[in-house]
Amino acid sequence: MAKVLMKGTVAIAEAAVRAGCRFFAGYPITPQNEIPEYLSWRLPEVGGAFVQGESEVASINMVYGAAANGTRAMTSSSSPGISLMTEGLSYLSGTKLPALVVNISRGGPGLGTIQPAQTDYLQATKAMGHGGFRVMVFAPSTLQEAVDLTYECFDYAERDRNPVLLLMDGSLGAIMEQVEFPPMKELTDEGTRKWNLAKHEGETRMPRMLTPVYPEVILENENKQRALLTKQWEENDVRVEEFMMEDAEYVVVAYGISARVSKEAILNLREQGHKVGLIRPITLFPFPKKTFQNLNYDQVKAFIDIELAIPAQMRDDIEVAVRGRAPVYEYGRSGGMLFDDESVYDAIHKIVTGGAE
Amino acid sequence: MNVHINTLLCKGCAFCVKYCPKKILEMGTERNKKGHFFVITTDEEKCTSCAICAAMCPEAAIEITKEDSNG
Amino acid sequence: MAQKIYSRPKSLMPMPSGFCPGCLHPLATKLIADAIDELGQNNNAVHVLPVGCSALNLMYWRGDMLGAAHGRAPAAATGFKRSAPDRLVFAYQGDGDLAAIGLAEIMSAANRGENFTVFFANNSTYGMTGGQMAPTTLIGQKTSTTKYGRDAETTGFPMRMCEIISTLDAPYYVARFALNAPKGVNQAKKGIKKALQYQLEGKGFTFVELLTNCPTTWGMTPLQSLDYMETNTIPYFIPGVYKDKGEKA
Repeated sequence: MAKVLMKGTVAIAEAAVRAGCRFFAGYPITPQNEIPEYLSWRLPEVGGAFVQGESEVASINMVYGAAANGTRAMTSSSSPGISLMTEGLSYLSGTKLPALVVNISRGGPGLGTIQPAQTDYLQATKAMGHGGFRVMVFAPSTLQEAVDLTYECFDYAERDRNPVLLLMDGSLGAIMEQVEFPPMKELTDEGTRKWNLAKHEGETRMPRMLTPVYPEVILENENKQRALLTKQWEENDVRVEEFMMEDAEYVVVAYGISARVSKEAILNLREQGHKVGLIRPITLFPFPKKTFQNLNYDQVKAFIDIELAIPAQMRDDIEVAVRGRAPVYEYGRSGGMLFDDESVYDAIHKIVTGGAE
Repeated sequence: MNVHINTLLCKGCAFCVKYCPKKILEMGTERNKKGHFFVITTDEEKCTSCAICAAMCPEAAIEITKEDSNG
Repeated sequence: MAQKIYSRPKSLMPMPSGFCPGCLHPLATKLIADAIDELGQNNNAVHVLPVGCSALNLMYWRGDMLGAAHGRAPAAATGFKRSAPDRLVFAYQGDGDLAAIGLAEIMSAANRGENFTVFFANNSTYGMTGGQMAPTTLIGQKTSTTKYGRDAETTGFPMRMCEIISTLDAPYYVARFALNAPKGVNQAKKGIKKALQYQLEGKGFTFVELLTNCPTTWGMTPLQSLDYMETNTIPYFIPGVYKDKGEKA
């Protein structure tokens, strides 16, 4: 298929349709409104259903209902709306139902701003709701990557019977880029047929119950399974991009839009002869710990965490992965303004030329 | 026998006793496995199979049959 | 040969319910099961469970079930029914679940005319959590959070959900029945079946409120609770059919 120029939010919506998504429920909130707007007409075109929910709370529970039927379902929102969805996310994980949740994040806390920010990292990676469950968190930095990850997220959700989060800040949602779409997936509920509540022509089965209520021994067992799942993610599903890392002495760690801006700054610093590289986590959870473990700490002098968040939120994960073998610095903006690459350049440059001492 | 009380299911609420038009049900003095007193029939000959007891039983513990007139 | 007049419906498990003696929840459940039997929908029905005592059907109902979050049963039912329009979907909610925390979900589902049925068990209290005041608690009714009786000055008045929902244009059938006496039970049975029948015909949103009790938290014997309903609950929550678009036609 030829490349088309598309806005980030719309690209995600179309990618979801191609991945087999046939149910969407959502509530208006900036800066993600193009996703429900697009799907409100696009889903009926392909035989799917769109519901404008009365709230984010209702929307995530509508997704819960659709997922129980084995229908590929998603919702999207932005930071405050995602907070409202956390109970529903916990229910999805507790009941072991797959779904895609997209967070086109904005600045917070509170109503904050509608401008882009990366201040939902901790919520996304540590506790997407009560009860100690985790979800895989994908953070694209280009629209093509957003399309490809959206397409794959449904498969991960179905494989793991757990919701998956796509975390993208408002600026990536708003920009336009060329993207190439994958083909339409054939619709099937093969992946969910063992447990879903769907009824198939001519097929008889025992009544089924989907609920997050368990007797204590079974609940503990379910939580052990979830813990195992997390381990498997760390083993098999980590995605990370390493950029100019071979000889890097100073390592920038950034994801999403911050990684894009950092790349520009790194290229400029390289021109000045500074050996700077970038680790870009694509899965924020599982965090690419091994990438940090495999570094040569005789070579690496310092890490610089660059985020649209003050204080930096990914820093804890970086520090755990680095285990004190090199200092970790941070630079961020957090009011909804973007970086200009000079400020990122300056921040890295300062550390490279003496801040690390 | 028209009134069949599943004594394992009965919780002794006595709704059937209250509403039986023929007043032929009463609370028994025995307990079932769950510890509930259960309802017994007293004068079943008078039962008309109206099934009001069954309708009012929250636990669906009462089944009602009717002898065919030629049976 | 003995002819069967009434027997236990197929959608109930062959064991005692988890409800207290004299609780009308299992009676309501039984009536729904009777209707589903009569409509031959045992294999097609999907029971959306709420949170609260009414969720005890989890161990009692035989059929497909989906456990929803507190108050969100109409939202979960919306998602399911939109994805599986041929299934007979019903939610069963209590008054705290439906009229307090889930007010937005029930009103919006009703207003969209979602083609499923909601059964609303109104016993004017939160049973499972120990008998706190509900939106439907009667004025003067003592609960664990209204020690001296519900006071309208600070807690407002009981909410009449049938009356509220029947102001909306979309709902197809809205009715209330009292389960404390045979007459109401028989009417309820017919109303429940009618609501489900309308759903099968694709008519849209149907809502059946069932007045129930809570002898345990009301501090009464089962029989006393039936009398309390007669003298207190029914005069405020008047039983009747509030909307039936099928009858008008």
